[in-house]
Amino acid sequence: MNQIPALVRVFAYLSLLTVGGGMAAFPEMKILTVEVHKWLTFPQLIHLYSVGQMAPGPNMMMIVAIGQWAGGILGALAVLVAFFGPTALLAFLVARLWKKLERWPWRTSIQQGLAPVSIGLLLAGCFTMAKGAIFGLETAAIAVGVLLILLQYKINPALLVLAGAVLGVLSFMPQ
Amino acid sequence: MSDVANPALGAAVSAGPVVAQASIGQIFLEFLIIGATSFGGVVPYLRGSLVTKRHWVNDKEFVEMLSISQSLPGLNATNMAVLVGEKLHGALGSLAAIFGICLPGAVLMYIVGIFYRIHGDHIWITAALKGVAAAAVGLILSTVVGLSKKSLAGKFDFIFIALTVIAVNRLHQSVPRTLIGVGLLAILFHRPRNKRKESVAQ
Repeated sequence: MNQIPALVRVFAYLSLLTVGGGMAAFPEMKILTVEVHKWLTFPQLIHLYSVGQMAPGPNMMMIVAIGQWAGGILGALAVLVAFFGPTALLAFLVARLWKKLERWPWRTSIQQGLAPVSIGLLLAGCFTMAKGAIFGLETAAIAVGVLLILLQYKINPALLVLAGAVLGVLSFMPQ
Repeated sequence: MSDVANPALGAAVSAGPVVAQASIGQIFLEFLIIGATSFGGVVPYLRGSLVTKRHWVNDKEFVEMLSISQSLPGLNATNMAVLVGEKLHGALGSLAAIFGICLPGAVLMYIVGIFYRIHGDHIWITAALKGVAAAAVGLILSTVVGLSKKSLAGKFDFIFIALTVIAVNRLHQSVPRTLIGVGLLAILFHRPRNKRKESVAQ
């Protein structure tokens, strides 16, 4: 079955939901990629997203892996274009318009209004992910630990995610 | 260092960007380097490269572009690439920048995806991934806290955050419906108040 058209549709749609960050699209991504199209399981989605946090560059590159699983190299390319194309075009058009809108009083209103909504969407995405990622004391402790360290110290988050891997091995390896 | 050697250049740096234009190749290469080295979040690397090293944008422009990137759909990293690329070299500049910043991570995650598919159920790897996923949850929460400190305009905004979370997680509303519904409410709440009379008077 050719999955390319479905991949393009799903990821072009998801890209428009990433207001504030990739996590904002996570609840919808779970529904579409896991429940509707069954390209991967929920734990796999969580794992790919989390591993993607250690990769350099834009932090949603895990979508490439979903595209590859569902449609090989063409699937990966289709997903990339679908996910980054529409928002890139929008940013490009806005870049041209923005200067002209400088005096438009609603510009500030839109920015101030979208700020709390985008934060809420990130938080909602985070809760969706936590339902699959946090179970029991060890995982809760790792999440809270990372949060507190990041709030307190200037440390590279990728290192903490890596430390999470080590703690995961220590906590969950069968003896 | 070269800035110190040339006082005229140093003065220009503080006033604004010295180089308003860059070749497509330069743009691609610079963003490729950012894309390959920006572990743990792109924004500090963008600033270090575009503002401090290249002087392609000044600090004020950078902050403004970042706030545009944040209010638009799309990732900060790619939106910033498009905005800076556009400023330096128009549409081709945008294309070069977004290709550059995406390429290394995309190739890496392509390989990781194949590897994970084959070895993902190895006990070592599942154990490690449980820890990685938990750490990622903590990381996202810290992003939420950081953004709240930086970009909220008042206490009332916490109500809009709560409404958004309840709509998505409890009432199972779709993200676009929530975005439009709560978004409109929040924009109306932050509507321009005193300037409105001016526009009526015009």
